[in-house]
Amino acid sequence: MKPGSHLQMRWIELLVAACFVGLSLLVITDSIRVGNAWGSDGPEPGYFPFYIGCLMMGGAAWVILQTLFAWKKDDGKEVFVERNAFHLMLLMLIPTSVFVAAIFVLGIYLASLIFIAAFMVWQGKYSYFKSITVGMGISTALFLLFEIWFLLPLPKGFIENWLGY
Amino acid sequence: MVGLLIMEEVNNLFQGFAVALTLPNIGFMFIGIFLGVLIGVLPGLGGANGVAILLPLTFGMSPTSAIIMLSCIYWGALFGGAITSILFNIPGEPWSVATTFDGYPMAQKGKAAQALTAAFTSSFVGALVAVLMVTFLAPVVAKFALNFGPPEFFAVQLLTFASFIGMSKEPPFKTLMAMMLGFALAAVGLDSVTGTLRMTYGQESLLKGFDFLVAVIGLFGIGEILLTMEEGLAFKGHKGRISLRDVLDTWRELPKYWATSLRACLIGCWMGITPGGATPASFMSYGTAKRISKQPEEFGKGAIEGVIAPETAAHAAGTSALLPMLTLGIPGSPTAAVLLGGLLIWGLQPGPLLFTEQKDFVWGLIASMYLGNIVGLIVVLTTVPWWAAILRIPFSIIAPVIVVICAVGAYTVHNSMQDVVLMLVFGLMGYTFKKLKYPMAPLVLALVLGDMAETSFRQSMLISKGSLEIFVSTPLAGTITFLALIMLLWPLLGRLKKLSRG
Repeated sequence: MKPGSHLQMRWIELLVAACFVGLSLLVITDSIRVGNAWGSDGPEPGYFPFYIGCLMMGGAAWVILQTLFAWKKDDGKEVFVERNAFHLMLLMLIPTSVFVAAIFVLGIYLASLIFIAAFMVWQGKYSYFKSITVGMGISTALFLLFEIWFLLPLPKGFIENWLGY
Repeated sequence: MVGLLIMEEVNNLFQGFAVALTLPNIGFMFIGIFLGVLIGVLPGLGGANGVAILLPLTFGMSPTSAIIMLSCIYWGALFGGAITSILFNIPGEPWSVATTFDGYPMAQKGKAAQALTAAFTSSFVGALVAVLMVTFLAPVVAKFALNFGPPEFFAVQLLTFASFIGMSKEPPFKTLMAMMLGFALAAVGLDSVTGTLRMTYGQESLLKGFDFLVAVIGLFGIGEILLTMEEGLAFKGHKGRISLRDVLDTWRELPKYWATSLRACLIGCWMGITPGGATPASFMSYGTAKRISKQPEEFGKGAIEGVIAPETAAHAAGTSALLPMLTLGIPGSPTAAVLLGGLLIWGLQPGPLLFTEQKDFVWGLIASMYLGNIVGLIVVLTTVPWWAAILRIPFSIIAPVIVVICAVGAYTVHNSMQDVVLMLVFGLMGYTFKKLKYPMAPLVLALVLGDMAETSFRQSMLISKGSLEIFVSTPLAGTITFLALIMLLWPLLGRLKKLSRG
């Protein structure tokens, strides 16, 4: 996106409606596969979902038509998100995604510590010491709450092994 | 006869107080209120997903203690939303948006203490009226619903979903799509009636289907954080400190507004029972108060009525949303939907039988609604400065912490990392849906009720051998179905009226 530009509402509207169409196709094909008619002992498993899929498809078709009809009039003026705001959103979304991926490798405690500390340093311009202290505090609190008090094990990585837990 | 009935309810209620007033339960009540206010104050953690995150922690508790704690979280969140609205002009919860209109101007004029006292007190009044209604109406509805068969139940569910489409502020077709998405997600996995696998497309991970708790945490939690981040929020607020004098002075003034309060209670109770929920109730109540007021020009500049009306209605609606949940198994709001999911997990079947089979549970809960709101009022009145201080913690610390809490919450639902990834997907979906005006409440409700609605639909079809006529065959089912159709076509009727007027 160019500076000062925005994502147009009409494109996102179409994109989401298209996703709905895709999903409804998945629902409808599978309902037909398992049977959407009247079986020997009552309605087949696809009976109910079949209509759900049809209604979803109908709604999506309506939204697509509506968007297309307003296409000229709208002329891309309606804003889904401004460039700056979108940028800010990504600054949250990307670290969050990295954090979720990191849980797989590092376990939730270490990943949380790093995520919180890194976010504070990077976004809040806090000192390393302060950020790591807050991250440690939250991780430790989580550990005590879940592993010791509630006995609900959360995902762990090499660090917990290494510490002998 | 009526007197006898009332006596019975009062008796039951006292037994409920005996259940709720044990030491551990009072403790859970306090914990619940504190957590609830905290959740209500923090952005990204609301009533629905706050309860969803904490639900797994209650699996080991007795259902009665668990529901007392979780419903107190809900009351707490309802109270907490007002604090941020008035002091910071930031609605901590969607239902407190209307409170900012006059609450924040009052704070700007240095009347923060009065605004807060008025908000908390009216919340309390709204809740109290709604609880009274629940106490006496719920058993009657439950008794009545005992005669319901599958067609009646499906008709009631139809009515619920139809009124979403007819009444929602969002475009009706988008409401329909969001709802159908919820139903479709609910159908994924093992079909409980025939044992067939549906819509798994060979993916083993889809066998157990989609959990609504994960959806709620993603849609409302992560989605909200993304939206808040986008606005680049810097919290700048007014000092909140309430002295006993402020409270007493405001209380002396409040009875003047009894009419506003009464109207707000009525609107709230109505919107809570029909699945309107607290948010539209608060807007509607604010609008009505403004229209009827003798000085409508004062609204928006710090009129105390503008705080009383939405707060009373929001709390009344939030509380009365539990009535259809307990008696019919149909929640009136997303948070009530999460609580209903909790009942199912604890092995309790919501619906009319709950009132006869689980007396302790039901009346313990109703008694805790009285007590929880009293505790809540005292807690918020005394601890406001503390909550205001929490809001001064910068977003760059709060945001990652909330994300971590959401991730932990999503993981603990089934101890599965897949749910954490799903939470992220639902989060992005929540962000997009909010911007495109797809409503999330019907999605969640459909996801929770999907199985139940499908079962009652199939049972009805079995009885009628596949004819849809069964939904109009008895007077009761017919009336409800008819109402549902009216609700469904409501927007169309409005348009026709406009057309006929020229």
